[in-house]
Amino acid sequence: MMTDKEKKRTGNNMNRREMLKGLSTVPVLGAFAYGTWRKRRQDHIKSHKLARELDMSMKPVEHIPYKHDGDVIRIGIIGAGGRGTYLLKAAGFVAPQTIREWKDIAEKDPRNKVYSDFLQQDDLNIRITGVCDLFDVRANKALEASANTGKEMPGGKMGTPARRYRTYQELLAADDIDAVIIATPDHWHARITMDAARAGKHVYAEKGFTRTLDEVYQVRDVVKESGIVYQLGHQGRQTESYIKAKEVVEKNLLGKISLIEVCTNRNSPNGAWVYKIDERANENTVDWLQYEEPCEVKHPWSPERFFRWRCWWDYGTGLSGDLLTHEYDAINQILGMGIPTSAAASGGVYFYKDKAHYVNEIREVPDVWNVALEYPHLDFTLLYSATLASDHKRGKTVMGHDGSMELGNTLRVFADRESTRYKEKIANGLIDPSIPIYTYIPGRKNVDSVATATEQYFASRGLLYTYRGGRRVDTSHLHIAEWITAIREGKQPSCNIDQAFEEGISAAMATMAQREHRTVYWDIDRQQVV
Amino acid sequence: MKDKSYTGWQLWSLVILRVAIGWHFLYEGITKLLNPDWSSLGYLMDSKGLFEGIFHAMAANAAVLNIVDFLNIWGLVLIGTGLIVGLFTRVATISGIVLLAFYYLSHPAIVGVSYAMPSEGSYLWVNKILIEMITLWVLILFPSWKKVGLDSILFKK
Repeated sequence: MMTDKEKKRTGNNMNRREMLKGLSTVPVLGAFAYGTWRKRRQDHIKSHKLARELDMSMKPVEHIPYKHDGDVIRIGIIGAGGRGTYLLKAAGFVAPQTIREWKDIAEKDPRNKVYSDFLQQDDLNIRITGVCDLFDVRANKALEASANTGKEMPGGKMGTPARRYRTYQELLAADDIDAVIIATPDHWHARITMDAARAGKHVYAEKGFTRTLDEVYQVRDVVKESGIVYQLGHQGRQTESYIKAKEVVEKNLLGKISLIEVCTNRNSPNGAWVYKIDERANENTVDWLQYEEPCEVKHPWSPERFFRWRCWWDYGTGLSGDLLTHEYDAINQILGMGIPTSAAASGGVYFYKDKAHYVNEIREVPDVWNVALEYPHLDFTLLYSATLASDHKRGKTVMGHDGSMELGNTLRVFADRESTRYKEKIANGLIDPSIPIYTYIPGRKNVDSVATATEQYFASRGLLYTYRGGRRVDTSHLHIAEWITAIREGKQPSCNIDQAFEEGISAAMATMAQREHRTVYWDIDRQQVV
Repeated sequence: MKDKSYTGWQLWSLVILRVAIGWHFLYEGITKLLNPDWSSLGYLMDSKGLFEGIFHAMAANAAVLNIVDFLNIWGLVLIGTGLIVGLFTRVATISGIVLLAFYYLSHPAIVGVSYAMPSEGSYLWVNKILIEMITLWVLILFPSWKKVGLDSILFKK
């Protein structure tokens, strides 16, 4: 039998034991804290060392705010088809019925942001005062959009609609128009741009710059002489990752660049310009004679040639003016390499070759096309490769001796396994060639923190930055906003006439190489294509 | 089941299991807390299955997304800490099951869906989230915190 004293002591012991048992897992927190600290410290040292080695600025791309104050700028739109309607939207003008449709879509699918993005888009303090389109249905739709100054749905308060002009010459003669947006087929670009410049109207024109080589020189000279503010419609100029890419090249992260590969992949009739033909189009609702005016050989009324104009050389240059130019301009903005010394091209109509795809006429322009632009003075080749019959995604890749850069919405830089510059760091484990040494994800708050694998996966699929902060901005809107700001401040925008000239000559060389089955050269001294 | 009936091995095995799951929760929470760029946005947008509409709606609204992010991070941290030190363990365990249920329902391993994030293993219906969820359920039925954990001191009968 235990005495009371003994009982008490044993009880105390039990309490203490229970107490220790109760607390026994608390030290795990200490181990956890130590482990976390160790891991973070190691990651920090590694990323800090790497950051010092790369010397990339750790700030996100800074945007100079666009200016929308001052007088209202009055705009005329020439060509209000698919792209013209899109540019009107980017400028802030959409037909009420279309806004209603966007709202309905957003209600059914919360992921669809067209409606909310449009509502949040900045007001540029502009008005659409003139509309010129050769197809009545489209002209009327643009007039409706022009009156919708408050982003209203049907039944909302409308402003004064623009005036419709039957010819672009009449529109350019109007006093209440300060600037024009040109989104016609390419065979009209040069004439309208030059006439607009001569009339003192500022110009935002869609790519390709012109349809022919001669026009490239003519437009450049007239625009330069006129002193207007000209912006070519390569909205890629506003893409954040391209701006960062320029820094990557300037900081020489890639070493000596020898090859650049850019691509186009599409796989739908729309992507191949086999657009839907509007049944309301006929010889009474379309001014076909005016449409054909610049063509050397006139064609009888053809809805197919009117809506799917990119398929024929009479109106455009196919992949060259439409898509090579975007890729070229993206790289030109990063590397500033200008006009190539030579251009070689090959390809053909390989997929859309059957009558079944068309109404009457099979296309002339290739749907599979490859171009090699040579820059021997810079020791690199720019390769363009395109198919309109496969959606396999290939990004833009800039390949250097020390590293390569993959460009899309995100930007990733990888060290090269055989790099001279990174040799030591690869050997001591600081750099792993299979993991990007630098990643830029637009919209991310901190560029310096290393993006996790998860983050990169989501970002590459457009899932990450798109909705963060509830705001996604359309690059075409930014491109127009930049042009408007340049007009207000009397400055030159990013894709000005000099940049447009380089794009125009380069694309014309590629088109000529294809059509003339030869390598086309640039004589830099004479500034001539030979 | 009365905790008296556990052998030492049984009790400490249950504790180890509880602490390990707690560690997993806590580290997931801390990593997100320390990464200023972390957001559940991508994960929510990647949702599939019966409830994807709800999760996409969460992601679509910036205010809701911020609340989801906050609750997720602090939920993970507090549940993890609770499981490790055995504090409010029952509440922590149930909360853990609820949180895991959200993950499971947003990314169910059902036939015919695939996700942006590649999986490190192969799963059909049963995935690691579901197993962790069931494990937490079992831990509720075998309450080790009545012997080992702050609860045993604070709520001593």
